[in-house]
Amino acid sequence: MALQSRHLLGLEGVSAEDITLILDTARSFREVLDRPIKKVPPLQGKTIVNLFFESSTRTRISFELAERRLSADVVNFAASGSSVSKGETLKDTARNIEAMRIDMVVIRHASSGAPHFLSRVVKANVINAGDGQHEHPTQALLDMMTLREKYGALKGLRVCIVGDILHSRVARSNIYGLKTMGAEVSVCGPATLIPRHMEELGVRVYHRLEDIIPRVDVLNVLRIQLERQKSGLFPSLREYHRYFGVTKERVEKAPQPITIMHPGPINRDVELSADLADGEHSVILEQVTNGVAIRMAILYLLGTAQSSERS
Amino acid sequence: MKLHLSKAHVIDPVTGTDAILDLRIADGRIERMGPGLPQERGFEVIDMTGKIVTPGLMDMHVHLREPGFEHKETIATGCAAAAAGGFTAIACMPNTNPAIDDESVARYVQEQGRRAANGVVDVLPIGAATKGRSGEELAPFAELAEAGAIGFSDDGAPIASAEIMRRVLEYASMYDLPVIQHAEEPTMVRGGCMHEGSVSLRLGLPGIPRVAEEIMIARDLILLRYIPRARYHVAHISTAESVDLIRRAKAQGLNVTCEVTPHHFTLTDEAVEGYDTNTKMNPPLRPREDVEALKEGLKDGTIDVIATDHAPHTVDEKEVEYTAAPFGIIGLETALGLALTELVHTKVLTLSQLIGKLSTNPRRITSRPPIRLEQGAPANLTLIDPDIEWIVDRGTSHSKSQNSPFGGRRLKGGAIGIINHGMYVSAG
Repeated sequence: MALQSRHLLGLEGVSAEDITLILDTARSFREVLDRPIKKVPPLQGKTIVNLFFESSTRTRISFELAERRLSADVVNFAASGSSVSKGETLKDTARNIEAMRIDMVVIRHASSGAPHFLSRVVKANVINAGDGQHEHPTQALLDMMTLREKYGALKGLRVCIVGDILHSRVARSNIYGLKTMGAEVSVCGPATLIPRHMEELGVRVYHRLEDIIPRVDVLNVLRIQLERQKSGLFPSLREYHRYFGVTKERVEKAPQPITIMHPGPINRDVELSADLADGEHSVILEQVTNGVAIRMAILYLLGTAQSSERS
Repeated sequence: MKLHLSKAHVIDPVTGTDAILDLRIADGRIERMGPGLPQERGFEVIDMTGKIVTPGLMDMHVHLREPGFEHKETIATGCAAAAAGGFTAIACMPNTNPAIDDESVARYVQEQGRRAANGVVDVLPIGAATKGRSGEELAPFAELAEAGAIGFSDDGAPIASAEIMRRVLEYASMYDLPVIQHAEEPTMVRGGCMHEGSVSLRLGLPGIPRVAEEIMIARDLILLRYIPRARYHVAHISTAESVDLIRRAKAQGLNVTCEVTPHHFTLTDEAVEGYDTNTKMNPPLRPREDVEALKEGLKDGTIDVIATDHAPHTVDEKEVEYTAAPFGIIGLETALGLALTELVHTKVLTLSQLIGKLSTNPRRITSRPPIRLEQGAPANLTLIDPDIEWIVDRGTSHSKSQNSPFGGRRLKGGAIGIINHGMYVSAG
């Protein structure tokens, strides 16, 4: 079994078969993570570079753990203190990677489409670890894995993504992936933080949590960034918390139990109340564990398919 | 140079000519024009059967990049591209360094134009509307007009302040030259790099909303009603509502004209998929319904002019992240082919209407004397093969840059060559 593409640039257009293959593969790696010896050999001799042009702690650590557990050689490249801050272009960086015979590139970049650009100029497999406001496919895959582990299947599951949809790559990837797998997806947030034409992606749009909470199984709560307030998109964190904050009071009004997800890092008691984040229906730490398994699955599927192609 | 153009389909909207005629050209003039002229010794004969002769085409919106950005384009390479594309005149925008905001730069640009390709292409400077294009103080319009400026614009940047725009319109109205507005409400752009719509949503690229353009046009039209002596020309309109605003203003008798680029009537925002930075321009490519409205505006005469907004950038400047890439594409060598393919062969415009938008109207708007195809008149001509099929090859571009989204595109129709100032330059 192999994926249809040799890169993971996004989940838009990725088939249900490929998503299922990734989730199934991740499940077997999840078992590896629970063993006392957590290392397996499939990417021995492969070199992977983590190109992080935008600061990130957890995604980078998660990728690095996944790479090391598959026995790959790992190089980290962060934008600050590198040649990028000396004015090197992405194209030159890519050419240098090529010259160093790197097999796989994991890229995080503030500009949407940067992984696509990279995939056109290097021979290595490219994995998108978040590009601008576009996609964050491994995050959505780990979210789907977490939900599939909990509910058994994704089909028919009712998921609402809450918060700043406009700037969220997590939202876009989740929408593409969940829709492909047959889930029912809605979004909820202030009108200024939900892009126009949102319905064209096949999701329902809500502006009041009270309207959606009774109708969902899962709330995936996004981080709200203070800088959006400065650019005039919402009035204050106080007002945001009051009307869009996911709190125990709000969630407990629903007759059904609601699973709480968050891609992290959490602004406790802003977009999500601390009691819910740490509560019995929270799967936030599960997401983190599954993140390593998902990234191992992606690296394994892309990294091993490539070598059989070349032989 | 003595040429005998035989059996040419002569189209001249000014004199109303539309017939198969011979032209004999000598000493830079049309010595004789008529059906089946006898061949005389010393004249080189060009068989124009099935081909067209029109008044020389003019592109009233070109960025020549000189002085200041000669790594992207020079006046010489820009003129070579213009000649290859069938243009005998180009108007160049003042966003150079220094800007064309005084007499010396305006004269320098024309001087370089006369040196380029022996001056076969007329280079006509557009003066800045404000000093340094900063939108704060009026540029010296009288001095610029005297030095050959044919209009005023801060193109690339809008004239954002309503107060300054009012004064620009008032002051320019003394010289019967147009104020050319890059219509965009700057506070609404916020890092946008493509049309705000369903494609930008999917690609996660910050959007530029239609209303940013429309609000600025609406404001300017209200100012124009207040200053009716002024002449207002909107550069590169891109939305259905912009067409409608201008259509209604014209019906009210306001002195407004506008232009559209070939890329805006050819491509939609779906071209941005894949993040090719040669689809990044300002205004951005719009959805299908806007493209259809632009064609409707061309057809009913609301849109007066087709102009390229030829904007060269080097490969290194364009081969970057989409959000980091500069706006703009080249267009001089593909404009005529795209217009024939997308507008004439699809019966949106007649050939005569097309020539109006590529020659007669840009000259009228910039107060240039009309070109008349008649005996004794200066020979300022474009020779066109309306049916030649060709594929755009960016590698053979005469421009110094190759930033075109049309590489590999199949077109029907193009320039054969131009005649101007006693010279014949063949395209290609």
